[in-house]
Amino acid sequence: MTDTTIAGPDRPFIRTEMLTPQPPPTAVSGFAGWARQNLFSGPMNALLTLVCAALAVYLLWVFIDFLLLRAVWTGTNREACIAPGVGACWPFITNRFGQLLYGFYPADEHWRPATVFFVAVALIVPLLTPSAPYKKANALLFFVAFPIFAFVMLHGGYFGLRTVETRAWGGLLVTLVVATTGIVASLPLGILLALGRRSKLPLIKFVSIAFIEFWRGVPLITVLFFATYMLPLFLPSGWTIDGLLRALVGVALFSAAYMAEVVRGGLQAIPKGQYEGAMAMGLRYWPMMLLIVLPQALKLVIPGIVNTFIGLFKDTTLVAIVSIFDFLGIIRAAFADPNWATPMTVYTGFAFAGIVYFVFCYGMSRYSRFVEERLDTGHKR
Amino acid sequence: MAESVVEASELPPVDKAPPSKEIAVEIIGMHKWYGEFNVLKDINLKVKRGERIVICGPSGSGKSTMIRCINRLEEFQKGQIIVEGTELTNDLKKIDEIRREVGMCFQHFNLFPHLTILENCTLAPIWVRKMPKKDAEEIAMHFLKRVRIPDQAHKYPGQLSGGQQQRVAIARALCMKPKIMLFDEPTSALDPEMVKEVLDTMVGLANDGMTMLCVTHEMGFARQVADRVIFMDAGQIVESNEPNAFFANPQHERTKLFLSQILH
Repeated sequence: MTDTTIAGPDRPFIRTEMLTPQPPPTAVSGFAGWARQNLFSGPMNALLTLVCAALAVYLLWVFIDFLLLRAVWTGTNREACIAPGVGACWPFITNRFGQLLYGFYPADEHWRPATVFFVAVALIVPLLTPSAPYKKANALLFFVAFPIFAFVMLHGGYFGLRTVETRAWGGLLVTLVVATTGIVASLPLGILLALGRRSKLPLIKFVSIAFIEFWRGVPLITVLFFATYMLPLFLPSGWTIDGLLRALVGVALFSAAYMAEVVRGGLQAIPKGQYEGAMAMGLRYWPMMLLIVLPQALKLVIPGIVNTFIGLFKDTTLVAIVSIFDFLGIIRAAFADPNWATPMTVYTGFAFAGIVYFVFCYGMSRYSRFVEERLDTGHKR
Repeated sequence: MAESVVEASELPPVDKAPPSKEIAVEIIGMHKWYGEFNVLKDINLKVKRGERIVICGPSGSGKSTMIRCINRLEEFQKGQIIVEGTELTNDLKKIDEIRREVGMCFQHFNLFPHLTILENCTLAPIWVRKMPKKDAEEIAMHFLKRVRIPDQAHKYPGQLSGGQQQRVAIARALCMKPKIMLFDEPTSALDPEMVKEVLDTMVGLANDGMTMLCVTHEMGFARQVADRVIFMDAGQIVESNEPNAFFANPQHERTKLFLSQILH
């Protein structure tokens, strides 16, 4: 180093040429560098890394061992799984698969919910794929036509289809019906409630607050109980509302209240300048909200929204309390079958339920990450 | 007055603005309170069409509040504001009408971060002026060229520098073809190196004859383009004069003190 490159006290310093960027030292790049920095940066961290890795491997081994290696794969009754030391009793699941999916829906009509499932998937997948074309038509089909189609197919009574009372519905079918309706209804309702709560009009504000606080203050089980057992007492005699519908409405309103508070959090995070920018250009309330404020607010609270969705999805299991056999309910009901009374039945059933719920919830979680990354327009620095 | 009514009825309906007076903005005896606090006191101001006005004053003097009353971002409790012949009342239609004619640029740009530059510019023409998307994009590109950033049209605001963002904000306001432009400290949040590009854009706008009310402390800008400089303090207009006289020979003690503080 010569004096000319140092800005010292003795002489003026003038750079003669600008420096070009240099590659980083090897120690911080590549896998070895990464591992060194993140996993083994000190004796304590190295120890923690090893302990956690050992724990992870052990747990993974326990699961694989129970679910796959020691598992029984074929059989027609409990005899297959009665041997000591066996793992998961999969024939218990496969033998009752139809019931797990559809509950007590008549077996010769299973093609109807199956069709609804396939149509639902065929509509949802392109709807959630950003690159798929015809979004508007797709959304219209899913949100308007599909519910009618699904109702006609599942409930019947039209076009020569046999009527299947909702009492007979069950299994994954009920779980998905309750969850989907809850999700689709709670988001718009929640947005309206959130906007209402922030409204300048006192009456709208009061009604929104009262609604939100009421539904948030009451446990879902109480809501379901009330809807199922007490509501009929208040209705004029002769009036009946379908049991599943009551649960559906209860779940939807309940999660709408939670959704409203999540959305409100997003609305509050939008700087005042965004409203002013929109108003200064002459946008009125609804265009301003729909084009400027809500897109940003909802994007901010995607994690919270999906959190509520996931909570709702798992809360659907509570409908079991009002004698609706959802997916978990039907598995638990199956434990009582003496044909399959083995020590492993309960574990297998819950493991299977856990896997199915996890697949759905983790799917939602991953999708929300995907949407967040996609919508990130780089304004956060 | 009677004459102008006859004339107006003979004109094609497109030309709505009554040509009776050359007044763009008129503020008469306006007061504003925040609770008990009287932020604006008896503001009287006439702005001619094409006039460029610079408003300065210490912070908290009410200068931003005053220009924000003109497009109803702030309400006032007493007095009158007449913009292009329309009196500003609580009537939403009147407010809409005035906001369509008055563009505004903010200290913090207030671009919409989830929309591209082009979408920022076309949003209001499409939704407020009901313009076809193609026409709106054409106009947007025209003004983006004018502020010299057409090549950024498909980026998001977050990818632009502060100076570029403010120029986009100016273009966005111009896309509504406003008759009056309000600037609320447009250069205060910018890095020093970015100030000039924004001021140059504003000078260009002034030279094209836009009616402008600018709250700014850029005294160079005031000298260069302003027809009048207004000094505010404690919620009132303290002094108003053409720039040469204003800077060379301020009359009020408060103005003298203020100028001595900012012109070192």
